[in-house]
Amino acid sequence: MTQQYEALLAILDSKEDPLIQEWLAEAAQGGTAPAASFSSDARELLQALRTALHSGPPPRGTPHPGNAWHTLNGVLESLSRSRAARGETAGDTSVFVLALKKALFTQLQATSDAAALAPALWSATELVDRLAQHTVTTFQLAREDIIRRQQEELLELSTPVVKLWDGVLAVPMIGTLDSNRTQVVMETLLQRIVDTESEIAIIDITGVPTVDTLVAQHLLKTVAAIRLMGADCIVSGIRPQIAQTIVHLGIDLQGIHTRATLADALALALQKTGWRIGRVPA
Amino acid sequence: MERIPILRMGDTLLVTIQLDMQDRTALALQEDLAARIADTGATGVMIDISGLEIVDSFVGRMLSSISGIARILSAHTVVVGMQPAVAITLVELGLSLDGVRTALNVERGMDLLRRIREEAPLGL
Repeated sequence: MTQQYEALLAILDSKEDPLIQEWLAEAAQGGTAPAASFSSDARELLQALRTALHSGPPPRGTPHPGNAWHTLNGVLESLSRSRAARGETAGDTSVFVLALKKALFTQLQATSDAAALAPALWSATELVDRLAQHTVTTFQLAREDIIRRQQEELLELSTPVVKLWDGVLAVPMIGTLDSNRTQVVMETLLQRIVDTESEIAIIDITGVPTVDTLVAQHLLKTVAAIRLMGADCIVSGIRPQIAQTIVHLGIDLQGIHTRATLADALALALQKTGWRIGRVPA
Repeated sequence: MERIPILRMGDTLLVTIQLDMQDRTALALQEDLAARIADTGATGVMIDISGLEIVDSFVGRMLSSISGIARILSAHTVVVGMQPAVAITLVELGLSLDGVRTALNVERGMDLLRRIREEAPLGL
């Protein structure tokens, strides 16, 4: 154990209560409204820090599980999580942890001589910065996790297969068609065709903003797979501009039934399955 | 070597593929089927592949060539019961089996064969 950490440890061991008091006062000044849990949070964090310092100097890189420094990281992570759940930003949590620095400096100044003060201050700064940094990192990782989960949910949500009529399925596509989306659409649609023994599937691309060669290729693939299953496919919702783009790009949609609107596609599907619908005369 | 049985129902030959195909099984089926069409003068061939979970390009090509052979022997081929995973694989392999008629299940396949025969009574 090097000397500068010993000075820190001595303070943590003997001056815990004044340290916490000054820390909380400083944190309250920093703009964060003091909550009831602040003092218990502070005490828990100091306890973990003391145990970690007793076990040895802070390791380089990520500490191994079972190490006291790893436990300290765990305490910081739960602190960051509980505060994020209360709606506080990563900055608020970081400011709370950084407020410890002032309190440590005051105590170090009171106990150390001039020669020992500089290295002790430096190690205290380094240590507290490291703790604050960890809360921010944890916060960011948690956010990224949420974003990833929402992306997956969006993918699932954006491809519903609806039954329009006996033996007629429809997929209203919304958003850009990339290969991931196409794969999900293809799988769910083909499975639904098997389950419901539907003869006709309508792919409605009203919600697809642009159609380029790649999107067209994905569409053609889906149509080919549906045909292989023994069902028929109609592509609907082709807007006038998109029809122009398709022709200008030289995309060959030969052999694919296309209609301008979903209603037209349904009419074609009903005609193909032998249905006839008319008004009852009044 | 296992051989895939070919059943005869009137004018239609019915082949049910229950296991994953080996290349040799596929070749044997192709030969047997050609011989049976010639012997019986069948005008329709239905291949039920609902039990097939795995395909490769060879099996995909076999389906195409059976259809081609049958057409020369004046019989229509309908492939029925393809699994979604098989359809996706064939598309990804670039095999869209042009010229092969498909149907969702055996019943629909029979309907389709009947319709094709009505449209083209002489076989082609």
